[in-house]
Amino acid sequence: MNVLLDHLPQFREGFLGTLSLTAASAALALVLGIVIAGFRVSPIPPLRAFGTAWVTLLRNTPLTLLFLIAFFVIPQIFFPGTSPFVLATGALGCYTSSFVCEAVRSGINTVPLGQAEAARSLGMTFFQTLRMIVLPQATRTVIPPMSSIFIALTKNSAIAGAFSNTELFNVSKLLSDKGFAIGWIFLWIALCYLVITFAISGLFRLLESRLEVAR
Amino acid sequence: MSSSVLYDAPGPKARVRNRIFSVVGALAVLGLIVFAVVRLNAKGQFAPEMWDIFNYAGVRTSIRDGVLTTLKVFAVAAVLSLLLGVLLAVGRLSDHKAVRWFATGFIELFRAVPLLITIYVLWVLFLTYRSDLGLSGDNTGFWALVIGLTVYNGSVQAEVLRAGINAVPKGQREAAYALGMRKTQVMMTVLVPQAVRAMLPTIISQLVVTLKDTSLGYVITYQELLFQLQQLAGNIVVNDDNPYVPVIIVGGAIYIAMCLALSALATWIERRGRRAKTGIRVADAGQPLAAADALDVVDQPAASVPDDASAGKAN
Repeated sequence: MNVLLDHLPQFREGFLGTLSLTAASAALALVLGIVIAGFRVSPIPPLRAFGTAWVTLLRNTPLTLLFLIAFFVIPQIFFPGTSPFVLATGALGCYTSSFVCEAVRSGINTVPLGQAEAARSLGMTFFQTLRMIVLPQATRTVIPPMSSIFIALTKNSAIAGAFSNTELFNVSKLLSDKGFAIGWIFLWIALCYLVITFAISGLFRLLESRLEVAR
Repeated sequence: MSSSVLYDAPGPKARVRNRIFSVVGALAVLGLIVFAVVRLNAKGQFAPEMWDIFNYAGVRTSIRDGVLTTLKVFAVAAVLSLLLGVLLAVGRLSDHKAVRWFATGFIELFRAVPLLITIYVLWVLFLTYRSDLGLSGDNTGFWALVIGLTVYNGSVQAEVLRAGINAVPKGQREAAYALGMRKTQVMMTVLVPQAVRAMLPTIISQLVVTLKDTSLGYVITYQELLFQLQQLAGNIVVNDDNPYVPVIIVGGAIYIAMCLALSALATWIERRGRRAKTGIRVADAGQPLAAADALDVVDQPAASVPDDASAGKAN
């Protein structure tokens, strides 16, 4: 109990650090994931190959290795002087984008072919079909897996703490180095993560009920 | 591409457009690769001396040691997490309230906390009480990593198994009880084997996650593959530079090869399972949702089974 009360500012900073890291990399992962999913379902072979390579490589690489690349290779060779927050967001976002891409792709695949064929025979253009027929139905299927992807992202953001970002893992490390009882720190940190993950799953449940479409 | 929802079979105009986009897309992808290669080359990462390091026996030995340590941690953690998974799944379905609550609490807690934090806390605890526990040297890192991986992946495997057990047709359980089997017998000889069979692809996909997560040992300075790679790259200096790029390319290839081999096994088992006519629905090999909840895995079979059951009743 005392650990929390005495170090409230640190806990708050860690909590906010985890939140902002999660939000930033979730945004990056969403944008990248949708773009790559677009590549993978496009009729253009080079882009499809690029999408497949992206997903296969990133999904089978440990996130810690990506962090190693982000923190030891990117600043030295490509963009010197990048801040740790941007590097961590890049690593987390790219890693998560491969999972987002697969969720989006399988969401598009669950829309029955007849729906698009019907839309086309009504004379809808490609973008009309996409906007009014395919995407609304695909979104509905994509939301549940997306929820677990973002919960996983929240937990994965802990690794950024090992690479000198201020967030919850970093705070627990600092405090335990100072000699506070690790058990208590663990409990409080676990509570913080529970708050974030419950908020995410609640948000997505809300979205799900809002976007419900009859099949 | 008439098989896609998004595109009709292309006509002459669309074919020309697609060809133009193909060329532009290929150029863009190539441009990215060329940019990376040029930058890497400018920093001397493609110099022959940089890659010469893999000719030294010491470098090869430490990479081999890293792979072996990673595989050792993975093997122990995989076996233990599967055992724990069965225990927790059975506990969650137990008739005793206390057992059920304990299993549920355990699963929810360790699934919600980042694995890295679990491992780190265990490591600090083991370091603090090292002498009392009879641990020494490297053992603390090993056990922190193994036990952390076990409690986390055990919790996820338990949810996967529970979904599998719930997906076994109700008649199986009823028939077993009608034969006079005890509760434990029904669970262990009828339900769990069928659940494991149906869920095998998902279970193996989760093992891929376990394998990837062994790299968290890096953070607690345990000598697995990633830590070895980092040490190698950090300690060797070639042309006034550290050979991070060659070492990461080689190490990444090793990790990707190991994970792809395991995923291929899952897909193979899934296809075998679909071919067999046992009436048990085999789960998708799916994707190794890294450190993800088994939530979407859990929802699918559980949701589909009541439908079948009610359909059976209506007939």
